[in-house]
Amino acid sequence: MKPDDPINEPPNDQSASWLSRPGMRRRLRIGFGVLLALSVLAQLLVQREPHFGIDGWFGFHAFVGFIVAVAVLLLSRLLGLILSRPDDYYEPAPAPEERKDA
Amino acid sequence: MLELALHPAFILFVGAVLIALTRPSLRPLPLLLTPIVALWAIWRLPDDMLLSIRFLGYDIELLQVSAERRLFATAFAITSFVGGLYGMRQARSYELSACYAYAAGAVGVSFAGDLLAMYLCWEAMVIFSTIVIWCGGTDAARRAGLRYALMQVIGGVILKIGIEAVSVQTGSFDIRPLDMGTAAAWIVLVGVLIKAAAPPVSAWLADAYPEASPFGSVFLTALTTKTAVLALILLFPGAQVLLLVGLSMVLYGIIYALLENDIRRILAYAIINQVGFMLCAVGIGTELALNGAAAFAFGHIISLTLLMMSAGAVLQQTGMRKASDLGGLYRAMPMTTLCAIIGALAISAFPLTSGYISHAMIYQAAAEQQLAWVWYLLLAGSAGVVLLVLKFVWQVFLQPQASFPPASGQRPADPPRNMQAAMILYALASIVLGCFPSLLYGVLPYPTTHQAYAGANLVGQLQLLLFAVLAFVVMLPAIKRSQTITLDLDWVYRVALIWLARKLAGTWQTLLKPLKWLWRRKHIRLQRIGSLLLPTGALARTSPTGSMTLWVTVILVLVVVLAQ
Repeated sequence: MKPDDPINEPPNDQSASWLSRPGMRRRLRIGFGVLLALSVLAQLLVQREPHFGIDGWFGFHAFVGFIVAVAVLLLSRLLGLILSRPDDYYEPAPAPEERKDA
Repeated sequence: MLELALHPAFILFVGAVLIALTRPSLRPLPLLLTPIVALWAIWRLPDDMLLSIRFLGYDIELLQVSAERRLFATAFAITSFVGGLYGMRQARSYELSACYAYAAGAVGVSFAGDLLAMYLCWEAMVIFSTIVIWCGGTDAARRAGLRYALMQVIGGVILKIGIEAVSVQTGSFDIRPLDMGTAAAWIVLVGVLIKAAAPPVSAWLADAYPEASPFGSVFLTALTTKTAVLALILLFPGAQVLLLVGLSMVLYGIIYALLENDIRRILAYAIINQVGFMLCAVGIGTELALNGAAAFAFGHIISLTLLMMSAGAVLQQTGMRKASDLGGLYRAMPMTTLCAIIGALAISAFPLTSGYISHAMIYQAAAEQQLAWVWYLLLAGSAGVVLLVLKFVWQVFLQPQASFPPASGQRPADPPRNMQAAMILYALASIVLGCFPSLLYGVLPYPTTHQAYAGANLVGQLQLLLFAVLAFVVMLPAIKRSQTITLDLDWVYRVALIWLARKLAGTWQTLLKPLKWLWRRKHIRLQRIGSLLLPTGALARTSPTGSMTLWVTVILVLVVVLAQ
């Protein structure tokens, strides 16, 4: 599920928990792949009455989920190019943000 | 009178006062007991009960009971309990007190029997929620609180104008579905939509909520926008314009959350996104859709508050609020991580969570009304929500971060026990509702036979969610943490209007220059004119009045004498 991230590889310490154990990522990835396949194949088992026609197609929801998510991510990147500003944009001289504790 | 004292909002308000007055050692008592008493009061009220008082010549109906009102009030009271537990030992007494008074306002709006009572409680919420934001204690919180109050007051004024217009047109202040053919209804709608953080004024929410303390933001998350949703359910069921507004909020929330770096602001955008779904449901307007809106609001209050508590716990324990500073917290804060994951699953409507059981209702309602485009866009929105919460959980808790936790210094740990207990309570509630939907379906406004776990729904939803997760994983390199904010329409009043005002002030000074010169030149003559008008000047003397009285008396005497 979590692909290798060469830039942010976790520090190789002994107390690493189960998530960063060697081989874990591969196992997670295979598990996730199986889950994806099962969710699509399960459609063969259920009776679906499509509301509008194309939503009855095989794997329609899987297709929508993937395509929409990719499109939304790309759209947000695009808008980010136009609308992003440094985070001190509104308050150029940031006051120390520590909260006074009770 | 007794009935008035047992008004749930009144009970919460008394609780707020008691919290402020009691000693710290006794404070948990009013803090935890008042929401329970309020819940008891909410559930003992019979349906269709009315309670009115006479105030300033108006009959104000403070209490009207119906299933949807009771459902929302219940959610607000439970959140008070959980929020109170969450901040019991850490938040300051005046902050908790303001939070409870704010919740009292929300419960008051829920039960308001007419538009006047609703408006009064609405404004009480504005006051106390502004105080809650100010309790953030920073300079940024002070400024954000002012901007928040300004926007809420503008919304309140518009609402009040609309209410007056409605009463002129219909002759009553009753809360009932308004006729969208009248201008009055549209004015009320604008007032309510401002509170729902609908575009183009959504920015106030993401601006203000992250500036409150971790404890205040729990209450803010649950209350303001959801009272607006209830008002929409009561006043505008089936108003088509809500479909457009709702869908635009769904998309807006996702896009802005994906670009955001402040962890609580990510969740603030998630609120807007979720309220968008509710607005859509209200816009569809059938019984099933309104059931869906109410159920969605209830589940959303639980799961988003849960996420907000997990973000607050991170802030409280690490002192950091930016995703770019955080990461890999799952090892140091396992319980918080688990709760955040459950909240994330619930928000993205994963089966067996509270989110799932209401999402399907709204899809079904859209399909039954043959609103194909709404159905497709809602489906797309659900896929987008997955990205939003995945980004939050991934960047804060899972993604390895070389610089965090810092090698030197203390490793952060899970928050104190009361904060954990509050999170666990809501995590459990999310799962229990998801596993036993009939618990919620039984208290919805309309009887329902909806089958949440029908095979086709279940498979479709699982496909949608899992493949959206796949897209997230595939696109992970493109989801970077950057220390940026994203411009929103609040830019208009935070930058453009200020610039314009400065410009105008400059122009005004230039215009005044010749006048000032003239003033200096004619100073002496003006002083002479002034001396006439001063208290010691000729025009200010009292003598004419005296002599006039004398002459009037003389003439009167003459008239009387001559008339004989």
